Amino acid sequence: MRTLLPRSLFAKPVTIPEPRPDAQVVGGEDAFLAELGRALDVRARRLFGRSITIRMVDAGSCNGCELEINALNNSVYDIERFGIKFAASPRHADVLLVTGPVTHNMRAALERTYAAMPDPKWVVAVGDCAGGCGVFAESYATVGSLAKVMPVDLVIKGCPPRPIDLLKGLLALMEKATAKAVP
Amino acid sequence: MTAMGERLAALIANRGAVAGHRPWPRYEVDHDTWTAIAQALGAGGGDLLSLWGEKDNVHLALRVAGQALPCIVSVRTRNADFPSVGRFHPPAIRLERAVRDLYGFAPLGVPDRRPWIDHGAWGVRAPLGARPPAARRDPGSYDFLPARGEGLHQVPVGPVHAGIIEPGHFRFNVNGETVVRVEERLGYAHKGIDGLLTDVDMERASRVVARISGDSTVAYSFAFARAVEEALQIEPPPRAQVLRGVMAELERLANHIGDVGAICNDAAFVILHAHCGILRERVLAAIDRAFGHRLMMDRIVPGGIEDPGPGAAHALLAMLDEIEKPFAEIVRVYDATPSIQDRTCRTGVLGRDLVERWAAGGIVGRASGRDFDVRRDLPYAPYRDVAFEVPVLAKGDVDARIWIRIREVAQSIALLRLWLADLPSGPVRVDLPAQESTCEGVAMTEAFRGDVLVWVRLVEGRVARCHARDASWFQWPLLEAAIEDNIIADFPICNKSFNCSYSGHDL
Repeated sequence: MRTLLPRSLFAKPVTIPEPRPDAQVVGGEDAFLAELGRALDVRARRLFGRSITIRMVDAGSCNGCELEINALNNSVYDIERFGIKFAASPRHADVLLVTGPVTHNMRAALERTYAAMPDPKWVVAVGDCAGGCGVFAESYATVGSLAKVMPVDLVIKGCPPRPIDLLKGLLALMEKATAKAVP
Repeated sequence: MTAMGERLAALIANRGAVAGHRPWPRYEVDHDTWTAIAQALGAGGGDLLSLWGEKDNVHLALRVAGQALPCIVSVRTRNADFPSVGRFHPPAIRLERAVRDLYGFAPLGVPDRRPWIDHGAWGVRAPLGARPPAARRDPGSYDFLPARGEGLHQVPVGPVHAGIIEPGHFRFNVNGETVVRVEERLGYAHKGIDGLLTDVDMERASRVVARISGDSTVAYSFAFARAVEEALQIEPPPRAQVLRGVMAELERLANHIGDVGAICNDAAFVILHAHCGILRERVLAAIDRAFGHRLMMDRIVPGGIEDPGPGAAHALLAMLDEIEKPFAEIVRVYDATPSIQDRTCRTGVLGRDLVERWAAGGIVGRASGRDFDVRRDLPYAPYRDVAFEVPVLAKGDVDARIWIRIREVAQSIALLRLWLADLPSGPVRVDLPAQESTCEGVAMTEAFRGDVLVWVRLVEGRVARCHARDASWFQWPLLEAAIEDNIIADFPICNKSFNCSYSGHDL
């Protein structure tokens, strides 16, 4: 602790910096993230004031998607700086983020979680399984796609999607939600 | 070899093994011999490695204490039943309940007759067996084991949990804050993987196996590829073999670093979680640059690997240099902070008797004194030719499970440096030969959380049946034992220190 804390005071943040017109960003992906961060920020404010809250449900994924969703909370992606955060209670959530092919064994719990969320609410299918094109779609044990269970506003493809794709997807959701809310 | 080990060895000695099963022998036995084997297992004669169903058959993989190679014994069902192994050897009980749910075979004499994977939501029973239609049940109905006493109350948790984790249900019986009993109810992530791995082409089977537990995708693909290669009697080129080891150790490195932080996070020591999160991200970014996928899914295939191309070794070595010192500092902070140690030491203690009986592999076993690692004890390429340490601790608490991870990180970094400094060149894949007769193969690999077993039967170039067993099958039940007499607030830290796979168990 004696070395780690003082060093933290002087080290530069690992978080990819917030965009500025004169920002020196390295590499294509970082530049993209910076641009994305700015766009997310503008839309999130217009729609929700400052924040949206996500309830995540694993409806039978292989846990690959969870690893990448968890990464959104690390210091590199730091999704909270855009006003987006994960909540434990569906009562607090604006967005339901779902992974997995929707197993029959998880269907009831998933539907109850959705029903517990207040309106307005949006549903995001994360990964190829929830999107309906995963390897577990043709099985006695799965519904096969989230859209067969509830209205889906957005599909973020990938097996699993990278954290950067997840951020990109949340931007797309913002656009969609803004169109709905602001005619 | 113990007396019971000798008895077990005698039961399977002098039998003709099934032709075309490699590299372990497989024996077909009658019901009486099967029961005698179960009794010898129950008396401590060996380790249960797996138990799974197939049309008209039940298979049991076991390792006799003191014998070089494990073996598989198979019994034909009679009137759709078979003698229970769990009756004598409790680690088999959940596996037998799953066999009954999926195939409809009744384990005669099994002490627990409740369904396990079947929550009554499929519309049929025995989906891989006779498939009789069944009325859907309320998914909440399940007879949890009772706990009786003054002042006891229940706390139900899950399947939807507070964090970003997999689904499962935990039923706590508590007295005040103290956990009297916790009982797991799993199966929510059941996708029908045994069905998806029945009569399927090789490519599709590979993709399904790679998604049994995403955090262990390399270990699963590695085991599957080796099982297929054993069955077909082929060997991948040297470059592929070494790069498989590289991928397996990178997977271990990323997961262990992430877990050390995540365990500390569950004790509100968030700074280590934040720092570990950054290091894990560095590892994954380097993996992504080298292999084109952050988790290395589908990179290991039967016959070899997908070539990462030139430059991969250099980038990965640079990443190792970048993370080694910061990780050592994280370890120093952990070691020098009483407030975190206060939460991890003597919390969730698991005794050696249970890990030996359940043959619990990986971190859970080694933190409680079970000295077993597939890489060393059932060695496979590229681990055969290298020396590395297998850390083992005796005290079996959360702290020990953290230290096993820390010490394995150092071993993984050393192995990676060794291999990456001198990668063989040449091809990375051989074509699978045309197959003339039915053949079977089995392989185990050491995933970051413990041993993975994959068994395949190939017929005319297709996968007729494939079975995969995650380390979690023998770790989940022991979590119930480890949490006893701890406070309920320590359950998350105990659970994370095990970090069992829900998906790998539920299949």
